[in-house]
Amino acid sequence: MDSIEKIYKKNSIIKTENPSPNHYFYKGFKLGIPIALGYFPVSFTFGLMAVNGGIPVWLSIFISFSNLTSAGQFAGASLIIHNASLFEIALTTFVINIRYMLMSLSLSQKIVPGMPLIKKCVMAFGITDETFSVASLEKDDITFSYMLGLIIGPFWGWVLGTATGAIACNLLPSQLQSSMGIALYAMFIALVIPTTKKSKAALIVVLSGISISSMFKWLPCINQISSGFRIIISTIIASTIGALLFPKGEEI
Amino acid sequence: MSYAFISVITMALVTYIPRVLPLAVFNRKLKSRFLQSFLSYLPFAVLGAMTFPDILYSTSHLSSAIAGMITALVLAYFEKGLMTVAISGIIMVYLWELFI
Repeated sequence: MDSIEKIYKKNSIIKTENPSPNHYFYKGFKLGIPIALGYFPVSFTFGLMAVNGGIPVWLSIFISFSNLTSAGQFAGASLIIHNASLFEIALTTFVINIRYMLMSLSLSQKIVPGMPLIKKCVMAFGITDETFSVASLEKDDITFSYMLGLIIGPFWGWVLGTATGAIACNLLPSQLQSSMGIALYAMFIALVIPTTKKSKAALIVVLSGISISSMFKWLPCINQISSGFRIIISTIIASTIGALLFPKGEEI
Repeated sequence: MSYAFISVITMALVTYIPRVLPLAVFNRKLKSRFLQSFLSYLPFAVLGAMTFPDILYSTSHLSSAIAGMITALVLAYFEKGLMTVAISGIIMVYLWELFI
């Protein structure tokens, strides 16, 4: 098993020794296609929800275009629909999105050394749960071209899905609309399960995240915290458990 | 500018800032093995914490959500694509809610 992995690693180094930026772009782009397709039903649901709640079609599309995030913009849009204060909208969205700080920090360890600031600023816009998961499972360091390729499909999948949902709002039966709430979570499941089959460490981390998140949702007293903080606290504890039990290099 | 538009711009800013800050500011490689491991487990921790229990409240009924979740789990176990899993989940919830 060990030797097979070594050969694989050796080959992947040989293959990517000096490829052009195009090579990296296409590699990222190919990995982005399934994410883009997975985004479509989710952003479609977002478009439906936003327009149903009274947000204009163009603004719903602009939210996806400028935010490119799932949980944060679902929460933000529903606050706009309920006429919440600007401060509340900013705080809620920020808390839900703090997890991106951890992902961004994690990616800062994985990008090729010496990347110019402007490129970092561009690729940062495309960090999502899914693009991050794919990029961080990459064996080699991440180049700007790779990240750009990876981001571009999901970005358009997200925007076009929103546009389709926003426009189709009046055409779809409401029962089908309510069924679409599951799409985002089904996609999360599809991302996580294949790795947990192979890695015991990943499985333990996922189960820890689920258990802690459930505790904060259901146990009296601590269930008062907002869902954004619940996710952050659960993430940090679960990842810590993984790092303590399975330090890198020893994962199973 | 309208209230809704200003809100959206605010959302865009507070979404972008956490994405860009660490990447732009942090240039060195972390030495700590613990931190490296911690960061490598993040995607699994965050996806787990975001999915459950929230998935149970994502449809009109608890039972349809469970049906959709099991559908997604089974298909993901057999390594079907994101789109297949998402759409099958939707269809399962829809059919379930038709019959209850």
